[in-house]
Amino acid sequence: MNAADGMSGAAIRVEGLRKSYGGRAAVRGLDLAVAPGRICGLIGPDGAGKTTTMRIVCGLLRPDAGVARVLGRDSAREPRAVRERLGYMPQRFSLYPDLTVAENLRFFADLFGVPASERVRREAELMEFSRLGPFRQRRAGQLSGGMKQKLALSCTLIHTPEVLVLDEPTTGVDPVSRREFWRILRELAGRGLALLVSTPYMDEAGLCDEVVLMHEGRAIARGTPDEVAATFPRRLLEVRGAGLPAALTILTTSPLPGVKVHRYGDRLHVVHDDAAQADEVARLLANAGVELHPVAPGIEDAFVELMAAPAGGEATP
Amino acid sequence: MNRILAMAGKEFLHILRDRRSLAVALLMPLTMVLLYGAVIDMELRDLRVGVLDLDGGDRSRELLRAMTSSGFIVEAERLDGREAIEAGFRQGRLQAALVVPRGYGEDLARGGARVQVLVDGADASTAATVANYLQAVVALVNRDLLREAGLAAPFDVRTRVWFNPELVSARFVVPGLVALVLMMICALLTSIAITREKEAGTLEQILTTPVTPAQVIVGKVLPYVALGALDCAMVLLAGKWVFGVPMAGSWWLLAAYCLLFIVIALSLGLLISARSPSLRVAMMAALMVTMLPTMILSGFVFPIASMPGPLQVVCRLLPATHFLVVLRGIMLKGQAWFPVQTAALVVMAAVLLTLAIRSFRLRLE
Repeated sequence: MNAADGMSGAAIRVEGLRKSYGGRAAVRGLDLAVAPGRICGLIGPDGAGKTTTMRIVCGLLRPDAGVARVLGRDSAREPRAVRERLGYMPQRFSLYPDLTVAENLRFFADLFGVPASERVRREAELMEFSRLGPFRQRRAGQLSGGMKQKLALSCTLIHTPEVLVLDEPTTGVDPVSRREFWRILRELAGRGLALLVSTPYMDEAGLCDEVVLMHEGRAIARGTPDEVAATFPRRLLEVRGAGLPAALTILTTSPLPGVKVHRYGDRLHVVHDDAAQADEVARLLANAGVELHPVAPGIEDAFVELMAAPAGGEATP
Repeated sequence: MNRILAMAGKEFLHILRDRRSLAVALLMPLTMVLLYGAVIDMELRDLRVGVLDLDGGDRSRELLRAMTSSGFIVEAERLDGREAIEAGFRQGRLQAALVVPRGYGEDLARGGARVQVLVDGADASTAATVANYLQAVVALVNRDLLREAGLAAPFDVRTRVWFNPELVSARFVVPGLVALVLMMICALLTSIAITREKEAGTLEQILTTPVTPAQVIVGKVLPYVALGALDCAMVLLAGKWVFGVPMAGSWWLLAAYCLLFIVIALSLGLLISARSPSLRVAMMAALMVTMLPTMILSGFVFPIASMPGPLQVVCRLLPATHFLVVLRGIMLKGQAWFPVQTAALVVMAAVLLTLAIRSFRLRLE
């Protein structure tokens, strides 16, 4: 069984996956493969089908059609065998707030059937790894958001899995902790684990080895972050500065044909096709108190563009 | 097995850490025994009776002495007219009044004396009791008068109460409390514990481990079985030491039936948690399905025989009803053979457990 899998080289392999809840389709035909040592990012807005896909991979849900294999085993048919070699971290923090860090770890070690001697060694290693050591006796409910996520990750790693499935692990976590969390994920990939990670943050997509952009239950693009960004076929002007609100008003009240404006926090991206359009935009915003620079498109630009495109097609570089 | 122990150990920590619930789980049963044992006293003492003695002779004084010597009745007031009776009732000073008419002494000598008893019917159960007491007093005086005249009463009724000679209400109430406490701990707390885990998303986390649903359920439920058994023992011992509730039968038999009842209560708790979308719904459902019927319809306080027919059928469908018959039988009578109740309880346990396991499986997969 593993031989076939060894040939394809994928630790997680999803083929033709479909799942609907009471007539509403959540996943409509998804293919996916994650090799050992790689981080695959599932990127997409809420309701794109990321969580459903992950639950099927973990054997928590049965697919309506298609198959999800983990290390060559069918998650729907052999959920227990799959779970012994897989760690899953659900979207919500799901440890026990009234138990201490050590008690939470111990509980999951027992559920995974980790032998006592190995448990002690493994626990020390994870404490070191996650830098939670000083907080062993603290109740999980009293940890900061970032520490909670690291504890949750430690609990999913206690049985030394070969595959990790993380559902939006950094949602609601401060930027510093997010960076540290990704450092840990990179280290795990370096040890040969296959990671499937979902995230709504586009900057995190850039930290993956490959990304799958999901929209309405389908993959609308996939590849390395650079490849996906490169599918963006148009040109970009980035607008920054104190006059941003004014600039946005100007651009939306007098729209130019073929030019689109997206707001990303403290900047605007103006999508256009040629130099003439860029000059026109510069002229309109001359007195708005903003700076304009041409920039290379990122994943986010590609994603927004792809989502606006008619559904159905998948852009594969 | 290790996984079950891990679940049970973790649940045990939850119980220990949640000080407030722990206090409720341990103190509530004791408080209930002490309160119910003391408060639900079926007999009324010191009933306030006003006396309007229009005769004032030796014979009427004899009657009044007989009335107050029983210990149940105090002569609250000597009234000076009929208007005073109504005033006494209205102001709540009197629960009943005894009117001895003028010429009572002479009428008595001739044979054919009458006295009047007036009762405030606003509190129906007290009214009935006062009327009974006063009639009993009059019957006693009658008997003495006949004996004085050298006659014997044609017949005499003597009542003897078996198994609870002094009609102490604690003996009656404590077995009911055992049922109530087991329902509370096993059904209510278990359904809350499982629903909370479902709501917090931790159940999803647990299920991604190689643990089976059966292991999760058994492990989660075990600490509550222990807690229920502990509370049960506390109620029984408090009943025994504080109120002298006897234990006529076998402790082992009692324990066995308690265990059967625990299975029923746990199954109900599981069923409720499997069907409830949220913690609040689970708590309300547990109260409505388990606690209320156990308190009101099981014969715990209100006798089933006095309920309307359809309601009696409902009573027979309640596990607590049968459990109470068994408990009272074992504790008060030393009875050991309950074919009907045992059959009913076993069938209920089997049906509820099957339903509980089936509905839980559906939810987890």
